[in-house]
Amino acid sequence: MAHPALDVLLKGSSGRSTRGLLRIIILCTIAAAAVSSRLFSVIRFESIIHEFDPWFNFRATKYLVQNGFYSFWDWFDDRTWHPLGRVTGGTLYPGLMVTSGVIYHVMRFLTFPVDIRNICVLLAPAFSGLTALAMYLLTSEMTTSPSAGLLAAAFMGITPGYISRSVAGSYDNEAIAIFLLVFTFFLWIKAVKNGSIMWGALTALFYGYMVSAWGGYVFITNLIPLHIFVLLCMGRYSSRLYISYTTWYALGTLASMQIPFVGFLPIRNSDHMSALGVFGLIQLVAFAEFVRGFLPGKQFQRLLTSMVLITFGLGFGMLVLLSVSGVIAPWSGRFYSLWDTAYAKVHIPIIASVSEHQPTAWPAFFFDLNFLIWLFPAGVYLCFQKLKDEHVFVVIYAVLSSYFAGVMVRLMLTLTPIVCVAAALALSAILDNFLVISAPTPPAKTDTNKSDKVKKPIGIYSYFSKTFVTCSAVLYLLIFVAHCTWVTSNAYSSPSVVLASKLPDGSQYIIDDYREAYYWLRQNTPDNAKIMSWWDYGYQIGGMADRPTLVDNNTWNNTHIATVGKAMSSREEVSYPILRQHDVDYVLVVFGGLLGYSGDDLNKFLWMVRIAEGIWPDEVSEREFFTARGEYRVDDEATPAMKNSLMYKMSYHNYQNLFPPGQAADRVRGTKLPADTPQLNTLDEAFTSENWIIRIYKVKDLDNFGRDHSSAVAFDKGHKKKRAAKKKGPRVLRTE
Amino acid sequence: MPAKRHAASTASAAPASPTPNTPTPLSKSLSSGPATLKSNASAVEIAQLVWEQYLSSTPQRTLLLDAFMAFLVLVGGLQFLYCALAGNYPFNAFLSGFSAAVGQFVLTASLRMQTSEPTGQSKPSSKGKNARFAEEPEEQGAVTASHERAFADYIFGSLILHFFCVNFIN
Repeated sequence: MAHPALDVLLKGSSGRSTRGLLRIIILCTIAAAAVSSRLFSVIRFESIIHEFDPWFNFRATKYLVQNGFYSFWDWFDDRTWHPLGRVTGGTLYPGLMVTSGVIYHVMRFLTFPVDIRNICVLLAPAFSGLTALAMYLLTSEMTTSPSAGLLAAAFMGITPGYISRSVAGSYDNEAIAIFLLVFTFFLWIKAVKNGSIMWGALTALFYGYMVSAWGGYVFITNLIPLHIFVLLCMGRYSSRLYISYTTWYALGTLASMQIPFVGFLPIRNSDHMSALGVFGLIQLVAFAEFVRGFLPGKQFQRLLTSMVLITFGLGFGMLVLLSVSGVIAPWSGRFYSLWDTAYAKVHIPIIASVSEHQPTAWPAFFFDLNFLIWLFPAGVYLCFQKLKDEHVFVVIYAVLSSYFAGVMVRLMLTLTPIVCVAAALALSAILDNFLVISAPTPPAKTDTNKSDKVKKPIGIYSYFSKTFVTCSAVLYLLIFVAHCTWVTSNAYSSPSVVLASKLPDGSQYIIDDYREAYYWLRQNTPDNAKIMSWWDYGYQIGGMADRPTLVDNNTWNNTHIATVGKAMSSREEVSYPILRQHDVDYVLVVFGGLLGYSGDDLNKFLWMVRIAEGIWPDEVSEREFFTARGEYRVDDEATPAMKNSLMYKMSYHNYQNLFPPGQAADRVRGTKLPADTPQLNTLDEAFTSENWIIRIYKVKDLDNFGRDHSSAVAFDKGHKKKRAAKKKGPRVLRTE
Repeated sequence: MPAKRHAASTASAAPASPTPNTPTPLSKSLSSGPATLKSNASAVEIAQLVWEQYLSSTPQRTLLLDAFMAFLVLVGGLQFLYCALAGNYPFNAFLSGFSAAVGQFVLTASLRMQTSEPTGQSKPSSKGKNARFAEEPEEQGAVTASHERAFADYIFGSLILHFFCVNFIN
């Protein structure tokens, strides 16, 4: 404990309040650090929404602010998923938008006319400050050490694993969900400790908020029952458990059903069944305890355990039966892919195609958590030493989330809080044990004497060992801060809408092709021109260009996405009818060949083929896009299917003309390209951005004379060619 | 083996209605365990013993709570029966009605535990059962709230519960 050291410093009785004040100041500083370390992107670029999903959230928030809550709730969006539309109000988690809408109106009420965009951009940093506070509360529940909570708050504030999802501008559900997650867990621990209805009800309220904010609420839904179940199995039933759990479940389930998107899931979906099962179980256990009050039988324990086991078995059997017979919806695909990492790849390519659903590479753990990752097991070990109810919770959480974080990259986010808790426990245990003795220089003498009496058996009195351990801890902390700052500034602060690169002389060069192209669309196309692109760009087109799209990042309709994939990967003669049928006016592709931008459509192309193949195995085949030797090539040796695909043609259309003849090269794939440019018959190039990242094509209308497009183009070309031949004979001869 | 059979039948009955706390039927089947293990008294006799002990040892206020809980079980059971027999057409309405009953039952049970704990703790009941982990509650300190606090919590929980139910009922 740091008490004696601080007490000596702060002179006895006034020490307590001084410490309280210090703690508040430290917490405020931590929150400020958490907020400011997330502002790199705003300073470096501008106040802009990042990436893909945030653009939808931003658009929805604007809709909410403009049209009010009720029309947001009933919002049917006909500008996405073009022929189908989307029942947006019923298929989103409204927590994020409602939160920023409320903030907006409160600011208005206080006469601060803040733009909604700035609220959205700065929401995530603001909530990360709150997360640090919640972390302090949660960790303080775990230990009596006063420093652990502060350490955990500091870790949580700046650890890259959390920053990755909460930099300014990444206006995503996770921005507020992690705060809610941590705070719900804090309330839950509080409820378990106190066994009062109030804390249980508060847990349920924040759980409801969490449900409205993020699909990851299922994690809480399963973790809390598991905690209770483990405690029951350890024979630790008490009325506190009954009160907190049943209150949480009864209220929390109702609260979660208020969200239209969740609806009846809590009683239909298998993901939620464990909570129900444990609810029933704890009723039985409570009743058994109650009856035992009247029957002090020795064998009761055995009877109880056998009853528990049988009930569990029966419940599980019933669950399986109901799932098989279809009364309860089976587990969702994402859930399966948590257990079988190859599941998604085989069955649902659309889930596997998302990069954040990939398994985590091991350096990512160190990259995101730095030295916390090796303090983490030590902290869990310390929990085993005490093993009260709340420590059991930490242990379960740690085990589960480390498994999940290994399966999916994005679930690193749920691992981060518990790593911070455990690491703070471990580090504070180390520091407390050493620092109590090595007080700051002036009063060191008396202090050493005092602690000499208390702790004899440990040989750590020498100043050498004290300074050594303290210095190394401080060193690690400093390295951690440096690492976090470096990672944040280099890896996580790019908006990915605006790209930055360095020119050879070291000056920064901003690549703003996305916004250039979206603005072109906004200003040069009719208001209801349908834009077809791969689904990654759907939200951005909706948000920045304000044009209807065919598919977007809300991948609710696999067939529709596959249709787009088929249009992209087929020959023009096949694609053109598809485009006509879907009223497509413009087609947008992302092409990084000129700049060396690797996230372009040709690199994602195989996913389009795979997803299309999942629906039309006869017409699209992944194998045809590989050469005989199994290579994915775009140069001279590319397969005919590849060369004739719409995507290939759109990407390389006219690209060869940029280069001297025969020297065209693709800088992403590092290959030379065929000498002549692919011939597009059914599309016209409408716009190509400065660095060729975005290319937009207009779909041609039907031919006036009823010819098909290839013959019409051939006719036009032949006509022109003859005229051109007179001027530059030799070149034309060569291109033929 | 017979004890296990009985327990299994209890458990299989339980999922049908999630609130299996009507004192009489369950206590009968539960006490059948001790009956076979301990004494030669029949299950019915033991159940009667439990019932009498319960009546004599429970204070009036707690009995009132228990009556309310029994009523809630009845209401919930009726709703469930209706749903099973006549179909679940207004499913929202059924759900909110049913979960109002369940939630209120659970809250009342919690209130009962909190208010009857100080008296119940001194009884041999808790001494015998908590032998293995008796040090836990002591270590945790006296977390038993005052009756007024417990009742205030109860009101708070019920308010939230019924707000959600009314909101959900359509």
